[in-house]
Amino acid sequence: MAMNIGIAEAVGLALRAIGANRLRAFLTLIGISIGISAVIALLAIGTGVQDYINGQFASAGTNLLGIVPGRIQRGPGGGPGSFGSSAFLTLGDYRAVAANVPNIEAHAADFTSVGNFAYESRTSQVQVSGVTPSFSRVRNWRPSLGRFIEESDNASRSRVVVLGQTVLKDLFPDEDPIGKQVKINGLPFRVIGAMEAKGASFLGDQDAIAFIPLSTAQERLFPQVAQAQTGDRIVSTIYLQMTSSSVRPQVEAAAREILRERHRLAPDDEDDFSIISQTELLETFGAVTSVLTLFLGAIAAISLLVGGIGIMNIMLVSVTERTREIGLRKAIGATPAAIQGQFLIEAITLSIIGGLLGILLGIGLALGVTRFVDFNAIIQPQAIVLAVGFSAAVGLFFGLYPARRASKLNPIEALRFE
Amino acid sequence: MVEAVNMIDSRVAREQNGKAQLAPVIDVRDVTKIYKMGDIEVHALRGVSLTIYPGELVAIMGPSGSGKSTLMNILGCLDQPTSGTYLLDGLDVSKLNDSKLAEIRNRKIGFVFQSFNLLRRTSAIENVEQPLIYANVKAKERRARARAALEAVGLGNRLDHHPSELSGGQQQRVAIARALVNNPAIILADEPTGNLDSKSGAEIMCIFQRLNMERGDTVIFVTHDPRIAAHTRRIIRIADGLIVGDEPVTDPIMACPDQPLPDFKR
Repeated sequence: MAMNIGIAEAVGLALRAIGANRLRAFLTLIGISIGISAVIALLAIGTGVQDYINGQFASAGTNLLGIVPGRIQRGPGGGPGSFGSSAFLTLGDYRAVAANVPNIEAHAADFTSVGNFAYESRTSQVQVSGVTPSFSRVRNWRPSLGRFIEESDNASRSRVVVLGQTVLKDLFPDEDPIGKQVKINGLPFRVIGAMEAKGASFLGDQDAIAFIPLSTAQERLFPQVAQAQTGDRIVSTIYLQMTSSSVRPQVEAAAREILRERHRLAPDDEDDFSIISQTELLETFGAVTSVLTLFLGAIAAISLLVGGIGIMNIMLVSVTERTREIGLRKAIGATPAAIQGQFLIEAITLSIIGGLLGILLGIGLALGVTRFVDFNAIIQPQAIVLAVGFSAAVGLFFGLYPARRASKLNPIEALRFE
Repeated sequence: MVEAVNMIDSRVAREQNGKAQLAPVIDVRDVTKIYKMGDIEVHALRGVSLTIYPGELVAIMGPSGSGKSTLMNILGCLDQPTSGTYLLDGLDVSKLNDSKLAEIRNRKIGFVFQSFNLLRRTSAIENVEQPLIYANVKAKERRARARAALEAVGLGNRLDHHPSELSGGQQQRVAIARALVNNPAIILADEPTGNLDSKSGAEIMCIFQRLNMERGDTVIFVTHDPRIAAHTRRIIRIADGLIVGDEPVTDPIMACPDQPLPDFKR
């Protein structure tokens, strides 16, 4: 016959023992609560941030590759995003890539610079992007008013402009802009539409932009800066929308081969352009997030460790204080295993109570933090389960030694203990 | 009073007739116990043999340092002999491990201590339930048996009182209820009246006598108090680790008052 008592009995005994010293128990479990609340908050905020970033990228267009001139230096050498020197991409490059790379659903190119906008007495300085008509589709960004740039605008190098929300509000705070004439760097343009709002992101204000036909930008608005020595027109970015994310290696390889050949690079020359995918950007931001997660995780780990040591300490005190009780329990038939189980369950109960308190605290913390930022805290059920499991594990680990000590007490000496 | 004495006499007579058929509940053979204190060996027991039959009311007497406490610890399965054998209720318990000993204590032995050893912040009935928890008795049956045990010691109206709300005598009665709740083979009482005034002490001795007479419980007192010993029917004297005397008590003191007490048969 196993002389172990049921788990319900043991939890009952544990709650009674904890209840006998409420203040002490509360002070002990604060450490666990702080640790668990850090875990909960960091998971909720981390998930929220990830969700937000994913949303941002999804809104930038799916399965998108961007080709930019120069080499984005990575690693310890150059800082991230520092570009190499004189290389550029041309309209010819774009046409060659667009015509010859397989598995492409759509493609677009832009030439982007800065323009000074003026309408009546109002002015605004924002980015001006000369784009091909497919830009709207590739970037998954549509006009909310009027229309986007069309093929005919490009063919005729028309001076038409589609405004982003920021410049729209700057120039036309309470006026219908369609058909109005604005000046960009002194050159008159007719407003044909306005883009839907994208909002601010970690990339900055995405609405501080206006779109004109690519040919207009290259040949009429920025004729000097958009012309290479060869006479070819320059593009800032080539966008390729792939048929699916799985074809990325083929698409990248094909684009790279075409561009290297066109740029007459020797086999051991490095690329003078960079192919950037969303996946890569996601990974970069994922890395930032995981550094943050690691940092908060370290805080959580330290407070759980300290909390655990607190539990061990209080359990050792408790074992000493209750030596006579242990002796009596042994005399009336408690096996060493039963005594060990009783004290273990007491430690686990204590730390789970701390964990539950920490979960409430952590949810409050996460909700509090996200009131001041752009994203939502997402509290997943797994996080709660994880937190409870974690606190139970802390109780188990740090309760083991005191519980073993209690179980090994000699009943004769324990009964005589004053 | 006369009637009660007659009751005991008839009981002794019955027992002496039946002794041949009864197996001893305690059968200690040539038991020694040696403690090592640093380099010095202390011979606490130096060859003790002892037989106690079911239904006996015995006192083990001796001055401090006589080996009395050591003998009690061995009889109570709290300690094990260095050599020799101890059969408790027919089972050799001299070589069992800690877990087995705990099980034996739970089922065969009821302890009553000088200082009561009740759990604080725990009601009388819950204190009495404790041994049944370790015996895996279900909550409902536990409560019923604990209530019956408390009624048997006359505390049926104090079930939910906590130790701090009970007098010393009442606390010791709760302890007695706890000792007998699992129907043990022997009740071991270590100076049970040592912390009580003489009136409460007499009440406690009355309860032991009635448990012995009316339920046939085997009760063993460990004491240095001759007055307690005079309430029993057999006195075993121990000195220097040896049994130096074992005689019947011809005219035991009856602790119970004359008026009839509530019935608490087993």
